[in-house]
Amino acid sequence: MTDRLRPSRRTLIQGAAAAGLAAALPLRARAQAPALKIGVILPRSGYLAPAGQSCQRGVDIAPQVLSDLGHRVEVVSVDFESNVDLARTQAEKLIADGAQVLVGAFDSGGTSAIAQVCEQKAVPLVINVAAAPQITEQGFKYVFRNFPTSVMLVRNGLALMKEMFKATNVTPKSGIFIHANDTFGQANRQAIDRLFPTLDMPFKLTDAIAYDPRAQDLSVEVAKCKASGADFVIVTTRAGDAIRLIREMVKQRYEPKGIVSPGSPGMYDQEFYDGLGGYSDYTITNLPWPNFNAPITKRLGDAFAKRFPQNRFGVDAFNVGFTFEAMLVAADASKRAGSRDPRAIAEALRSTDIADHVMTGGTISFDAKGQNNNIGSATVQNLKKTPTVVLPREAATAKPVFPMPGWRGRQA
Amino acid sequence: MEVYLDIVASGVLTGLVYGLMALGLSVIFGVVRVVNFAHGELTVAAMYMAWVMAGSLGADPLLTLPVIAAALFAVGYLLQRHLVERFIGRPEHEQFMLLLAVSIIILNGLLLVYGPDARHVQVEYAYDSFELGPMLLDTVRVYAAGAAVALALGLYLFFRFTDLGTAIRACADNLLGAQVVGLDVRRLYALTFGIGCAVVGASGTLMVLMRDATPQLAVQLTLLAFIVVIIGGLGSMAGALVGGVLIGVSEALAGFLLTPSLKSLFSYGLLILVLLLRPEGLMGKRT
Amino acid sequence: MKARALLGVLFALLLIAPAAIGAYPLAVLILILHYAYLGIAWNVMMGFAGILSLGHALYVGLGAYVAAALYASFGLPALLGAVPAAVVATLAGLGIGALGFRFRVNGVYFALLTIAFAEFTRILFDHMGWTGGSSGFFLPVEHGHTNLIALRGPPILFYYVALGMTAAAFVASHALMRTRLGYAWLAIREDADSAAASGVDVFRARMAAVAVSSALTSLGGVFYAFYYNNMYPEQIFSMARSIEIILAPIIGGLGTLFGPVLGSFVLTLLGEGTTSLLEHFGLAAPGAKQVIYGLALLVIVMVRPAGLWPWLARRLGVGRDG
Repeated sequence: MTDRLRPSRRTLIQGAAAAGLAAALPLRARAQAPALKIGVILPRSGYLAPAGQSCQRGVDIAPQVLSDLGHRVEVVSVDFESNVDLARTQAEKLIADGAQVLVGAFDSGGTSAIAQVCEQKAVPLVINVAAAPQITEQGFKYVFRNFPTSVMLVRNGLALMKEMFKATNVTPKSGIFIHANDTFGQANRQAIDRLFPTLDMPFKLTDAIAYDPRAQDLSVEVAKCKASGADFVIVTTRAGDAIRLIREMVKQRYEPKGIVSPGSPGMYDQEFYDGLGGYSDYTITNLPWPNFNAPITKRLGDAFAKRFPQNRFGVDAFNVGFTFEAMLVAADASKRAGSRDPRAIAEALRSTDIADHVMTGGTISFDAKGQNNNIGSATVQNLKKTPTVVLPREAATAKPVFPMPGWRGRQA
Repeated sequence: MEVYLDIVASGVLTGLVYGLMALGLSVIFGVVRVVNFAHGELTVAAMYMAWVMAGSLGADPLLTLPVIAAALFAVGYLLQRHLVERFIGRPEHEQFMLLLAVSIIILNGLLLVYGPDARHVQVEYAYDSFELGPMLLDTVRVYAAGAAVALALGLYLFFRFTDLGTAIRACADNLLGAQVVGLDVRRLYALTFGIGCAVVGASGTLMVLMRDATPQLAVQLTLLAFIVVIIGGLGSMAGALVGGVLIGVSEALAGFLLTPSLKSLFSYGLLILVLLLRPEGLMGKRT
Repeated sequence: MKARALLGVLFALLLIAPAAIGAYPLAVLILILHYAYLGIAWNVMMGFAGILSLGHALYVGLGAYVAAALYASFGLPALLGAVPAAVVATLAGLGIGALGFRFRVNGVYFALLTIAFAEFTRILFDHMGWTGGSSGFFLPVEHGHTNLIALRGPPILFYYVALGMTAAAFVASHALMRTRLGYAWLAIREDADSAAASGVDVFRARMAAVAVSSALTSLGGVFYAFYYNNMYPEQIFSMARSIEIILAPIIGGLGTLFGPVLGSFVLTLLGEGTTSLLEHFGLAAPGAKQVIYGLALLVIVMVRPAGLWPWLARRLGVGRDG
């Protein structure tokens, strides 16, 4: 439905803008170049649907926000149904339909499949979300990732943990790592195994527990954590399993000092707050987060609030932010190239240098492999069922609460 | 040692819940001999019903359970009458395709209407637990396990001691004989499919207290129910519970002693062993 | 004769198709041919010998992983790697078959056994560190050269490989049907007991069906690995893939030679067509396409439970096996 409404509404708005602003801005209105055609591929159905639809909300508001910033884009969105076969054909379709740059695809499997096509067709792919380190190691020349690899995520995540211990003067004795045994979970596990000993962490990691994210029941997993005696839990969840994990901790009265994820989805989703109520509070995710002090983030937030009054920008911020940024990166490159030719855009992407953007971190730029290495992370703690930046201090809007209060006395 | 007690107790409870999930599948296959590949989808549909009713009426799922079971009975009855009936006695792959199509429609219909996010029913006792000596038993799971036992017992009594139940059993044991003595097999099959679906409705309603409803959950539920029912014995009510408990406990122990992510490996290993050595299941009748 | 002429025309059309169509239809055609090929391979077991497998993703996955690992570690070209890939998959198939047939696991129970082994293997690969575990296995992407032996090159290379594989599998299964073994399979499919009574070695014939089917399927897996360059146990061994493999031959017409090909065309075009139509009318809400797809499956299986090809063949006036 939204797909039908969008173009007509956009035309309407543009029409109104053209009519209304013609007197005020005659030159700008007339001198419009043809729009850049961006093809977006996301998993809006299938098992990745919640995240795919969250990203899509970023896509839906992007044309308007980009137009306010002086970029004209036309968006064609497709759903790859969380199915890698379809990711590939849909990418071909978008390019055949004239997409000059692709954006996607939330999941590493789908993203690699699309990358093959983009490479063949010499059409750039700007990745919104996908953390598998291999994607930028496979030798693609047309793939650009404005998203951290799982190694970067974990490195930043662990550093922020140390910062939090320092800020609160509380250090846990022993930690346990529990992760979903899926693509992202195992990548995190490898990164933790590699990085933990090198970062001089103030606590010891007693064990790492892998679980099946599709398991019906996580009681044994939690019993194992509890039995380890760890007072600090590092988690990498997929989505809904985060709810089950916390619920089980409450039921088994397992009270660690803190529950922290080094950047996984799950603990900042709306369903997490709906499902757990007050028990969702004080859990922490260390991940890239929008810089709410940046004007462009405000703009994006306003557009989001107008378009999706039912959703909270503060909750969708991660997916929406990165998806929007990917489109911004593409539009910016096209503008600098002065061209909508895919090869010219790819060339321009290599010299991307965007200082004003949504997510925290330095300027957006890509190394020779197409990876942006300047993405920062923030400590985002759930306070009053709202993801709240508590560290680093310069971006924080509240103080970190650590150790977290016990489960008792809270309400679902 | 205490921790083992906890693990085994939680395995038993989880296992009984698995049994609950599988009962409906067992009823249908035991009699109609059709493998209901839309089992998980129907369960999830029941979960959504419970969620909708909890949201609009503020009703505890335990109260809406009879209503949802009745609704699912009607769905099952109609499904059998209008779709499955003409596939009775046809090759298995055709039945499979039919129910696969039904499952695709239900799953994506739910996605279309309610979206992909997990839906949760909040009840006051959601986080309570019983303290039994050194053990902590999750209240909701105890309720669900109790319901599983009660349902299985009820079904057993129904099939054993009522005329209708006996007639249905006759169809299952000897279809030709049942037809000869003048039983209306088509009606009995439809009733059985309805009863099986009513059980699915009841279990779905209880499930929503433990697991959030998402469309994608259906796929896993179907597969799990199959494992439970095959291991326990198709058509056997006690078998579903025994199969469930066996899987629950072995998964719990495997998860605790080895890695939790390996625990379904043990369920599949168990399934393979049972299929090879005792294909009628642990509690099934040898045919 | 008419059937052969029609097949010849279709093959000729497919041969020259890349010259006439764009990249997107070509990608769709590759997908169609890939699933047609897998359907033919599955059909040998189910359509000819009557053995229901719901776990064929196992052989796709084994073929893909073996060939990909050999290429990544030793630079073994895909065409050579296909040999050990097929050997591994065939051994797996024979193992499952031997267990199942010796222990008299039949029908739905055998199907569940195949699911159990496929899932079992998926979980094993999820934990196997040297093939990347659940974080997946990736092949390096190479630029600018085409090498048929190594299966490296542009989509058009993969198109012709897929076309060649499908045509070869079609011809091979046509030939197999006319051997003693082929007749033995048909006899077993209709009635295993009377086949045994009339002197057919049921066990050996069934094992042969499993061997042929799993070997062919694993070659499809090799194709998958080099076409996509990355694989995850969760996707390649998934139950969803096993189901997808069997849809085309069942919808097309089980046990017919042309059924899997027709079914693959119909289903893939149905999926892509529905997506395009929904987009055109602005109704592309997530899930809508699949609901329509499910309804279409329902209608087909209600109206033509034996598949589309037997019916179409009658309408065209060609032999049902065509």
